[in-house]
Amino acid sequence: MKNLFSIIKLTAVTLILFAVIYPLAIYGIAQLAPNQGKGETILVNGKVVGYQKIGQKFDKSNYFWGRPSAVDYNAAGSAGSNKGPSNPDYLALVQKRIDTLLLVHPYLKKSDIPSDMVTASGSGLDPNISPQGALIQVKRIAKERKLDEAKVKALVESKINTAIVGPETVNVLELNVALDQLR
Amino acid sequence: MNTELLGVIGIFILTIVLAIPLGKYIAKVYLGDKTLFDPIFNPIEKLIFKISGINSAEEMNWKQHLKALLSINMVWFFLCFFVLLFQASLPLNPDNNPSMTPDLAFNTAISFIVNCNLQHYSGESGVSYLSQIVLMFLQFVSAGIGMAAAAMIFTAMKERTTEKLGNFYNYFIKSCTRILLPLSAIVAVALVFSGTPMTFEGKDAITTLQGDHVEVSRGPAAAFIAIKHIGTNGGGFFGANSAHPLENPTYFTNGIELWAQMIIPFAMIFALGFYLNKRKLSNIIFGVMTVGFLLLVVPTVMSEINGNPAIEKMGIAQATGAMEGKEVRFGPAISGFWSIATTVISTGSVNSMHDSSMPMCGAMQLLSMMVNAFYGGCGVGILNYYIFIILAVFISGLMVGRTPEFLGKKIEAREVKIAAFIAILHPLLILAGTALASYFAAHDTAMGYWFNGNATGWLNNPGNHGFSEMLYEYTSSAANNGSGFEGLGDNNPFWNITTGIVLLLSRFIPITGPLAIAGLLAGKKYIPESAGTLKTDTSIFGIMTFAVIAIIAALSFFPALALGPLAEFFTLK
Repeated sequence: MKNLFSIIKLTAVTLILFAVIYPLAIYGIAQLAPNQGKGETILVNGKVVGYQKIGQKFDKSNYFWGRPSAVDYNAAGSAGSNKGPSNPDYLALVQKRIDTLLLVHPYLKKSDIPSDMVTASGSGLDPNISPQGALIQVKRIAKERKLDEAKVKALVESKINTAIVGPETVNVLELNVALDQLR
Repeated sequence: MNTELLGVIGIFILTIVLAIPLGKYIAKVYLGDKTLFDPIFNPIEKLIFKISGINSAEEMNWKQHLKALLSINMVWFFLCFFVLLFQASLPLNPDNNPSMTPDLAFNTAISFIVNCNLQHYSGESGVSYLSQIVLMFLQFVSAGIGMAAAAMIFTAMKERTTEKLGNFYNYFIKSCTRILLPLSAIVAVALVFSGTPMTFEGKDAITTLQGDHVEVSRGPAAAFIAIKHIGTNGGGFFGANSAHPLENPTYFTNGIELWAQMIIPFAMIFALGFYLNKRKLSNIIFGVMTVGFLLLVVPTVMSEINGNPAIEKMGIAQATGAMEGKEVRFGPAISGFWSIATTVISTGSVNSMHDSSMPMCGAMQLLSMMVNAFYGGCGVGILNYYIFIILAVFISGLMVGRTPEFLGKKIEAREVKIAAFIAILHPLLILAGTALASYFAAHDTAMGYWFNGNATGWLNNPGNHGFSEMLYEYTSSAANNGSGFEGLGDNNPFWNITTGIVLLLSRFIPITGPLAIAGLLAGKKYIPESAGTLKTDTSIFGIMTFAVIAIIAALSFFPALALGPLAEFFTLK
């Protein structure tokens, strides 16, 4: 019994150390981080239009589109499709996405489409697409916005994030914010 | 693609290089030697023990260790269970998330005390911030328990005859304060400055660029995610775990989180060498584990880079590899690598959805958890491997006709029986569970209270892949891993209760076994090494151990793997 009481006291003290002091210390340090650790936002004319790291839905034809999402970019949750690679329903869905892309971008060859544009991401909130995923949309965007195609292409190229290691990415929200400012 | 592979190799080598000095430090902590940090930690620990009224200098035998370990876990279970059960009415719940059902609270509480993260809920909607913090507490202490058990075994391996194996609370607290806490703080700070939130504010409502209204979940995530990896628990703050862009914002944080989950399991093996002053023994163990790990990694990374053959047939370029369930910022190479690191090490955090992995990759993830002896979780990894060492010593002793001995102690019938029981328990729990669930699924049984509807309703994919989903869930439970083929509909009494029981048995029995063996051996007469001793720190003995591990895994699991991922692999070709 004395032992049990000691254990309970030990639990209480360790709770204070690991569940109160530790998170509060990190919380304190977070006040120095971008946006005080509340998540970095992107502002347009002083108004928050989104979180830099969180993908959002773009389905209007005058914006660059992101990847398919299993949660429809609802960031109150997050999930992948969890479809297996051989699932026939899933493969039919991928085929449908390919058909849609080809319909909207009649100038495309199938082999131009990168796989990230027809597959759902792990979180359903992937903020990025591959550079190729953005480049295949340039012609459509230029036409919709009556912009010079070379100009839009240059914009995409300026928004490609490269690093010493790891894949090249394009942040869709940042690209679209810049697109809105393109004259 | 080449820079992606470079990232994988770089992280792996960096972790090994840093694990050696950390191992030395860990050995010093358990030996009670002086370290640089004594002035900081000595007073803190003194205060903790003073308040709790525990004498941390009192030596314990293995049974006292075990009793202390089990009782403290019981207290934590009830604490966590009741917090989850009543979280809706408790403070720190800005998103007004509901309380858990009793079966889900049972599963979740067990899952976190056994240092697993079989989360049958989504972090955004399933738990309050208070619950997240209690779960984070368990991520510290359950990792500390595994390390304390390993420390007792280190002590028992010393060349002497004794019943006295150090103090459990001393090992436990020092593991938490001197190893887990500082490492977690470093990782948490790195995450905070890379964009992971650390706020107590609830969801944010925003209007997107094209004019949709959405809510964005946030929370005190950075502190949680750091210990989730350092302590190899793996429980995600958000539903999508480390695939979530706030939980793992960049390629850089991905590297940090990978490093964080591998560093202590690696370092514990080197710590053994420093602790016993037998560097060669720990190098051989590390070598065997690394060979096993790489054999699992290479086919996985290759198949993910090559992409999905079924989508390739549709004419889609697979230059970026298989991307279903993966994030663009990570790419297939390091996602594949992570999926093996997390299953070998029993972290169970994911940065891609394993359910959508290529069949070969799924097979390797399953095999990692079925073998459950390469690196392993925080502390317990070395316990699992210890069982195989005992078996290998026994078998090779029989082969060469010498008395089986390990570090100067005779291995006799009792120790071998315990080791054999532990080795068989793992496949038994996995296969019995899978058989039960498959029986219901095959007969499409109406499950009544246990599941809302017929049993096939819990599958997210048909055919062989559906079988893999059930196999994966029990394998993950028995390995205390926590990752899942998450398509499985697992938040219901059937899955919550059956996997809860598997989790419990496969945590505490595999801790008890090695503690008992080590305790029994420690009490035996020490026989100095002679010309007739079978040497255990040679590569030939390493190969022997590897063979024992491989044969047990192959015999137990090949049929199940053939029905699941291997069958899918051949149909997809």
